[in-house]
Amino acid sequence: MKTYILPSLKLSGILLIICSALYPLFIAAMALVAPGGGNGKKVFENDQVVGYDNIGQKFTNDDYFQGRPSAVNYNAAGSAGSNKGGSNSDYLTIVQARIDTFLVHNPGIKKSTIPSDLVTASGSGLDPHISVKGANIQVPRIAKLRKREEEVLYSLVKKCTEHPLLGVFGPERVNVLKLNLALNAL
Amino acid sequence: MNTELIGVIATFIITIVIAIPFGKYIVKVFKGEKTILDFLIPVEKTIFRLCGIDSTKQMNWKQHLIALLSINILWFVYAFIMLLTQGSLFLNPDGNPSMSPDLSFNTAISFVVNCNLQHYSGETGLTYLTQLAVIAFLQFVSAATGIAALIVVFNAMKEKTTEGLGNFFDMFLKSITRILLPVSSIIALILVFNGTPASFAGKDTIHTLQGDTVQVSRGPAAGMIGIKHLGTNGGGWFGANSAHPLENPNYLTNMVEMIAQVLIPLALIFALGFYLNRKKMAYVIFGVMTIGMISFLIPTMIAETSGNPAITKMGIDQSGGSMEGKEVRFGASASAYWSVLTTIISTGSVNSMHDSSMPVSGTMQLLGMMTNAFYGGCGVGILNYYIFMIIAVFISGLMVGRTPEFLGRKIEAREMKIATMIALLHPFLILVGTAISSYMYTKDPSVGWLNNPGYHGFSEMLYEYTSSAANNGSGFEGLGDNNWFWNITTGFVLIIGRFLPIIGPVAIAGILARKKFIPESAGTLRTDTGTFGIMTYAVIMIIAALAFFPALVLGPLAEYFTLYHH
Amino acid sequence: MTPSQNKSLFQKELISEAFIQSFIKLNPKQMIKNPVMFTVEIGTCVMLYVCISILFNNNGSQGSLTYNVVVFFVLLLTLLFANFAEAIAEARGKAQAESLRKTREETPAKKVVDPNKMDSDHLEIIPSSQLKKNDLFFCIEGDTIPTDGEIIHGLATIDESAITGESAPVIREAGGDKSSVTGGTKVLSDRIIVKVTTEPGESFLDKMIALVEGASRQKTPNEIALTILLAGFTLVFIIVCVTLKPFADYANTPITIAALISLFVCLIPTTIGGLLSAIGIAGMDRALRANVITKSGKAVETAGDIDVLLLDKTGTITIGNRKATHFYPAHGIGEKQFIKACALSSISDETPEGKSIIELSGFSKSEFETEDPQFIKFTAETRSSGIDYEAGKIRIRKGASDSIKKLCEKAGNNFPGEIAERVKLISSNGGTPLVVCENEKVIGVIELQDIIKPGIRERFERLRKMGIKTVMVTGDNPLTAKFIAEKAGVDDFIAEAKPEDKMNYIKNEQQQGKLVAMMGDGTNDAPALAQADVGVAMNSGTQAAKEAGNMVDLDNDPTKLIEIVEIGKQLLITRGTLTTFSIANDVAKYFAIVPALFITSIPALQGLNIMNLKTPESAILSAVIFNALIIPILIPLALRGVEYKPIGASALLRRNLIIYGLGGVIVPFIGIKLIDLAVGLFF
Repeated sequence: MKTYILPSLKLSGILLIICSALYPLFIAAMALVAPGGGNGKKVFENDQVVGYDNIGQKFTNDDYFQGRPSAVNYNAAGSAGSNKGGSNSDYLTIVQARIDTFLVHNPGIKKSTIPSDLVTASGSGLDPHISVKGANIQVPRIAKLRKREEEVLYSLVKKCTEHPLLGVFGPERVNVLKLNLALNAL
Repeated sequence: MNTELIGVIATFIITIVIAIPFGKYIVKVFKGEKTILDFLIPVEKTIFRLCGIDSTKQMNWKQHLIALLSINILWFVYAFIMLLTQGSLFLNPDGNPSMSPDLSFNTAISFVVNCNLQHYSGETGLTYLTQLAVIAFLQFVSAATGIAALIVVFNAMKEKTTEGLGNFFDMFLKSITRILLPVSSIIALILVFNGTPASFAGKDTIHTLQGDTVQVSRGPAAGMIGIKHLGTNGGGWFGANSAHPLENPNYLTNMVEMIAQVLIPLALIFALGFYLNRKKMAYVIFGVMTIGMISFLIPTMIAETSGNPAITKMGIDQSGGSMEGKEVRFGASASAYWSVLTTIISTGSVNSMHDSSMPVSGTMQLLGMMTNAFYGGCGVGILNYYIFMIIAVFISGLMVGRTPEFLGRKIEAREMKIATMIALLHPFLILVGTAISSYMYTKDPSVGWLNNPGYHGFSEMLYEYTSSAANNGSGFEGLGDNNWFWNITTGFVLIIGRFLPIIGPVAIAGILARKKFIPESAGTLRTDTGTFGIMTYAVIMIIAALAFFPALVLGPLAEYFTLYHH
Repeated sequence: MTPSQNKSLFQKELISEAFIQSFIKLNPKQMIKNPVMFTVEIGTCVMLYVCISILFNNNGSQGSLTYNVVVFFVLLLTLLFANFAEAIAEARGKAQAESLRKTREETPAKKVVDPNKMDSDHLEIIPSSQLKKNDLFFCIEGDTIPTDGEIIHGLATIDESAITGESAPVIREAGGDKSSVTGGTKVLSDRIIVKVTTEPGESFLDKMIALVEGASRQKTPNEIALTILLAGFTLVFIIVCVTLKPFADYANTPITIAALISLFVCLIPTTIGGLLSAIGIAGMDRALRANVITKSGKAVETAGDIDVLLLDKTGTITIGNRKATHFYPAHGIGEKQFIKACALSSISDETPEGKSIIELSGFSKSEFETEDPQFIKFTAETRSSGIDYEAGKIRIRKGASDSIKKLCEKAGNNFPGEIAERVKLISSNGGTPLVVCENEKVIGVIELQDIIKPGIRERFERLRKMGIKTVMVTGDNPLTAKFIAEKAGVDDFIAEAKPEDKMNYIKNEQQQGKLVAMMGDGTNDAPALAQADVGVAMNSGTQAAKEAGNMVDLDNDPTKLIEIVEIGKQLLITRGTLTTFSIANDVAKYFAIVPALFITSIPALQGLNIMNLKTPESAILSAVIFNALIIPILIPLALRGVEYKPIGASALLRRNLIIYGLGGVIVPFIGIKLIDLAVGLFF
């Protein structure tokens, strides 16, 4: 064993420099030419930073499209899911309460049309997206509060819908922050 | 067919399409044939000269293991000290504290053994220094350790009687310079251009559209995320791992990360075929492993896309699947596929929270780690499969009336002893660990470990030990595991669960390599046939799955039957 | 008294002996040799304790007394069944060996008191059991030979039918390779003095009986490896069952001790564990039934692995010996004259070849009136034989062409080209040419032909399918050897073989990692027999040959090797298939017991009770009863062995995997369900 200790030590030292210093510095250098310069892509409204394009934000006001429930309350200094099991009765009570709240805030919506992503917490707690159904179902409420034609909002949702990769891979979804920015811009 | 399903199938096909030529490339690297990265030869030579290593010196299997263990011990000591003191070291822009001794112990081991069980949360538990110089560093070297160990076994499987099985340091360094660094650079760059941070700027403070002030964690994450997947490590930069929108920004990066984590395990299977010129055997192994993977995938897909029946009862629309703990940009299908991949290979990174998976999916995730041989971890996956092959060869050799032979070498009592021990180890570690924690919890539920009551709570404990023993690293993260009990017990499970399954196959292969090579005859049982593949599959399922049946019944299966039939 | 080949598997007297033995074998000292069954014994003891404690203090937590007692008895039965399997195999083997041994026990022996006075007046009659090694005894017409030995003086015709079942008497004489006699055989004519070669109780048969009885039975390498694997399985299930207790406590589900032990006993591979030693003994027993005495269990096992088979041409591939088929007189020699010369040269030739020449010539011995005949015997030096008569004026010789050529050329006569041509032609057609000369002048050639045994080609085909290479060993020249090899379908041949050629061939094959089997009888075969991985000595062979080999064939049948290989394969296959069956059974047992354990507190698990078993108690009982019953059900299979089919390894694996693997999964589902229907009436 002794014969291998010193060479191992030296080899580890050299690899430490390569893997932990040179490698990340190389990536950081390359990132300078990437969108956001390796600091994450920011989103602006009137030249003001209002967030990162793929970090979800908390929207509690009824005149905004609202994102998904978050286990960390959209605090991006951390991230986590609820880690609740599907059979946990406390958890199911919470989901039931979210449905009830949603129905209160969105009168006239049929319960059977509420998509599950709106009442379940995301994995990261920072999910920037909701499903297209989840956006459309909020249109009547927002149209009423913002006094807009529902049709206008539906087409806004359609415009903001992110399509599957190359049109064939993955789900359709709507980025809530971008949708709300577009809503403000109307 | 919906776009979510197409996305999953496409991801799998692309993986195979890349893995086959990549396997050929790996073979060239270790056979010393010409490759496009040969310009690195002077660099490697210089490194060896500086270290005083003669990279051409052949080692026997014992020397390989001693070298491997020596260097791993060094890494552990180094990592432990770094984590214990990180709070007062440089490159800590967020001002995060040092780790407690038990957490340092657990984390250091966890990354040395390629498991990446995280009893901390990345944003607050580590500094940029330890993220890079401990976590990312260990992600490179632990993956290279696995590959080097496998190449030793490859060398031992050659058709000649030999002691010399290559040089450990040579294979280890080449794994990093020729395989891990170049490919993870590519992955990291793809991530960077899709929005993953790579700079050393610390936390950002923003004012949201609604007017809240929120801090956003960032850091030089892209490089680490590259090696995290490529080396089947799985330890994320952020707490939410690859569910985090910065760690895995969109569906494209999700595909890339899924391909990256299974790339080396798959490529190594094909490499086995090219290296030993036993392509048919490699295809049979690939076939068996793929059948294993699909047999876990289909139930998971069905369960996740059908949604939670308890929520369906509430009368809402669950056509999007069970979305608790999942991200909308990936959807239920890709999350289901990821959860199966990450558990059968020992990555353990997640893009959805497994604790919130449906009970059937939880069963499949557990089975993926319990079998731990369908594709499997970086290098070690085939080593695990090798053990099952030895047992399958033994039983089927008897069944055809011949003293069992594997690749021209007789399997005798000594090899069976090692193989049986290694096969036994996994259930031992998992069941005994879970038994102790169950006992402790039953005695005093006030320890408050469990985030969920009942069967699911039991699954959380079972999952944690399964993940540790399989060196997987994912978790039912609701478990309150950052305390001395879990840090220490899983720490020991991690060490044993890593090194014995490396020592065992290397020892068996080394012993076999010294035996006389017997050319195949018509009476020899061929190990590259579908029949033998089925036999191996049966051995894996019976040894690995059956032993856990009672535990699974009390955990996810009881939950399943309660949830679905009441 | 020939050992019968088709005795039924279970004879009355054997069963009663085995029955008693099954109880004696409960002794933990014996049980511990079999780790799987030893754990069952511990479980049985625990159940006994549980039953007793319920008897004195029944708080109901462990279930009813009846239920516990039934579980106890079923477990005990499991043990007894396993012991019975071993005992019946032992008893059968012993009975077989005893029947062979009986013939030689207590035969009066005429011991030679003084080696210097070896005549019939200085004899002492003692029982054969008192004969010691190196003692001399005397046998005369009508005597039964008291023990194994070697003739040191004289010659005798011996009836060996008691041992071999072959009725034709054989000749045994001092010196050479035919000097060995076996106890129990009968002297038909003449008198011999025999030297005892074994100590009492140390003959091969004695050794074999000891092997079967278990005292000196050693586990074979494969058996050891398998035992390790089975012990591993047992350990896994110990862990499974022990850890189940805290799991159940967490889930608030009390588990009774009876249920836990039942689960354990059902999961560990008791089926193969219980039958393992019976299978091994039965293998030796099958060899014995084929009239082969094995010196160790390992030899039988190794036989299954044989890659190369060395077979003597004569007797194995061809019938007995060559026969004369043609006379080819040389140019200018009358046919009749030539034939007469041939016949004359063979008058004293007692070899089958010589007899066949006389036969073909059409003369009878009495037709030859020669003056002062002098018979020249065949010697290794001259390699020819013949006759001189008329006071040495006429000298006829016949022999291999090169020896006759030498003889003639020495005398200044040339060897005619046409004869050389003829010799070559005969050789290339697989015949053996014998050149005949009169007064050192070649007068013609006799063609001898080998007759290949009918059916031998098919047997070699079968061997090839098993992956075994056959090698013919012959003293013939390469041309003849090649012809016969092709005709008989052997893969290779050693022509003009000397004993060291055999040895070299074996060593060479072994160098390449192959296992070689051969059969031999002569003293000069002994080194090769010892070198071969499986050396079968013929019982008629010399003591040296018998000592060197690891098996002795009582029938002196060279084709026996093929049978031995199959017996070896059968042995391994039986172990492999029953292991697979045993482990595959676990699937059904899990589905019977695990739901039963928890169903009371987790009713939802009814969904796992796919066999729809009536109550938890009946489910558990059905599983253990099935587990116990399967052992005696499989005893006949263990004793007879699973049939070997030479269809290629992969096809055989597929076949056995379907029968014993898939069957092993399905059968217990049906079995347990049926038992539950019956047990459900009571519990």
